[in-house]
Amino acid sequence: MLLFLGPFLVLFAAMYVAPIGYAAVSSLSVVHRSALGLTAPTKVFDPIGNYTRAFSDKDFTASLGRVALFGVVQVPVMLLFALGLALLIDSRSARGKGLFRLSSFLPYAIPGVSAALVWSFMYSPQSSPIDRLLAPLGIRMPYFHEGTVLWSVANIVTWSWTGYNMIIIYTALQAIPAEILEAARIDGASAFRTAWHIKIPAVRGALILTAVFSIIGSAQLFNEPTVLQPVSRGSVSSTFTPIMSAQSAVNAGNYPYAAAQSVILAVLVGVVSFVFFKLTGRGERA
Amino acid sequence: MSEVTGRQFPMRPRRDTTPLSRTLVMVPLAVSAVYFLFPLWWLLVAATKPFGRQFSGNGLWFGGFGLFGNIGKLTAQDNGIFWRWMLNSVLYCGIGALVGTLLSAMAGYALAKYEFKGRDHLFGLVLAAVLVPKILFTLPLYLMFSGIHLIDNPLAVLLPSVVSPFGVYLSRVFATQSVPDEVIEAGRLDGAGEFRIFRSLGMRMMLPALVTILLFQFVDIWNNYLLPAMVLSDDRLQPVTVGLVGWNASHVAVPPPLVVIGSFVSVVPLLIAFLALQRFWRAGMTAGALK
Repeated sequence: MLLFLGPFLVLFAAMYVAPIGYAAVSSLSVVHRSALGLTAPTKVFDPIGNYTRAFSDKDFTASLGRVALFGVVQVPVMLLFALGLALLIDSRSARGKGLFRLSSFLPYAIPGVSAALVWSFMYSPQSSPIDRLLAPLGIRMPYFHEGTVLWSVANIVTWSWTGYNMIIIYTALQAIPAEILEAARIDGASAFRTAWHIKIPAVRGALILTAVFSIIGSAQLFNEPTVLQPVSRGSVSSTFTPIMSAQSAVNAGNYPYAAAQSVILAVLVGVVSFVFFKLTGRGERA
Repeated sequence: MSEVTGRQFPMRPRRDTTPLSRTLVMVPLAVSAVYFLFPLWWLLVAATKPFGRQFSGNGLWFGGFGLFGNIGKLTAQDNGIFWRWMLNSVLYCGIGALVGTLLSAMAGYALAKYEFKGRDHLFGLVLAAVLVPKILFTLPLYLMFSGIHLIDNPLAVLLPSVVSPFGVYLSRVFATQSVPDEVIEAGRLDGAGEFRIFRSLGMRMMLPALVTILLFQFVDIWNNYLLPAMVLSDDRLQPVTVGLVGWNASHVAVPPPLVVIGSFVSVVPLLIAFLALQRFWRAGMTAGALK
């Protein structure tokens, strides 16, 4: 038994538990640099120094706020889109179901970074086919304005993940017993009423599951904004998301501060997951 | 592990639905299909245009054919480093997924088929790790690896990649479903050792499931950008995703058309594999949804 579990557990401890422990310990000391930078920076034990600094660091707190806003807006939009698609493909009026299922799921096969590269060409003024289609109408899309760039990023995430979520919801729709739908039809229920009163309640579990994964996904927002950064003309800062912020602390050589930011983010995500896990009732599926 | 089965409606004529309802359903479906497909269509069109004309026209229709010339240009850039990146990606993903699948299969099998103290707690820990995204561990990993001087070493990518809590979760689900206890008992009565039972009976019965896990891990490693970007600064060790983002960020040093062509070439094998192996995807996602 240990022979089977051993290799996984050793590596799991080394690659999941140890780094968090290492980060937690190293986050407890603060780097001091002499004013002129003539002597090597020294580390001083100060258990709360990096944490108080992180919470008063406007860039870091702004990045937390940004991904929270992202999660609150992008997740419901994407899931409504996925639910709508699943219901439409499931409806009896749909033709070519396989084709539509596949086309929405296809972006999932593209790695996040590659998807972001392709979309950066969709947005960039030198290449944007969207701009060229809209130019005759006199419309210019503000992809990289300060206020809209977050939604340009959201669009890439939505493009990548809607199909994945749609498949999960669609699978749940397929599990509704045919007799129930037949009965509703014989009773004269319209397609809308059937969808609202039977289908949507039946996929509640799938919706909660996709919501949890999507919310957690928002916290790790990194690839898309990082790829857009060089073409964004400054609207994607180097501290756009919490992970980018921690990475820029690494680049600045301040490892303990980066460690503290990582620990804060891991704890926040852990708490959010745990709360959702409890709220959605683990017992239900036992 | 079977294909997702559709509801069995009795056969009925197509005129069952009205033209109005068909329009209401088909128009939004068609619009969304255009949304999902047009960036990929643009990539195909741009990659096949003669070199330097990638961004000409409205980008939505072909203009001349230069795909092979483009691949030649891609190969010539920086002494063919693009293909080295592709090879690195395949090696990292292939080795990582194979080893990772084996580890996951063993751990999931043990969690499903052996009773022991603390089993439920252990499984709970694995589930919790599924919920916390890998990327959150990446910076702490980087800090730890730089503490033990493992930067610019392929092991820094491979070691974290072979640990897949989701793989363990899936293989536990599949082991419960597809390996009957009686078979294991029969093996024991025949005097086979536990490992032999796992290898020749358990693994064989879980095989379709293991393909699913292998795929998920392969793509997971391919998708992980931050880890290799942090731990590999030597560009000859980097996977193709990190290399292409580096080219894209270099602005003038590497012509942007090469980024387009490189993206196309790196994505095509993934799309082909994805289309060919569709049913394994759905098997894994269905198991995920049944949690």
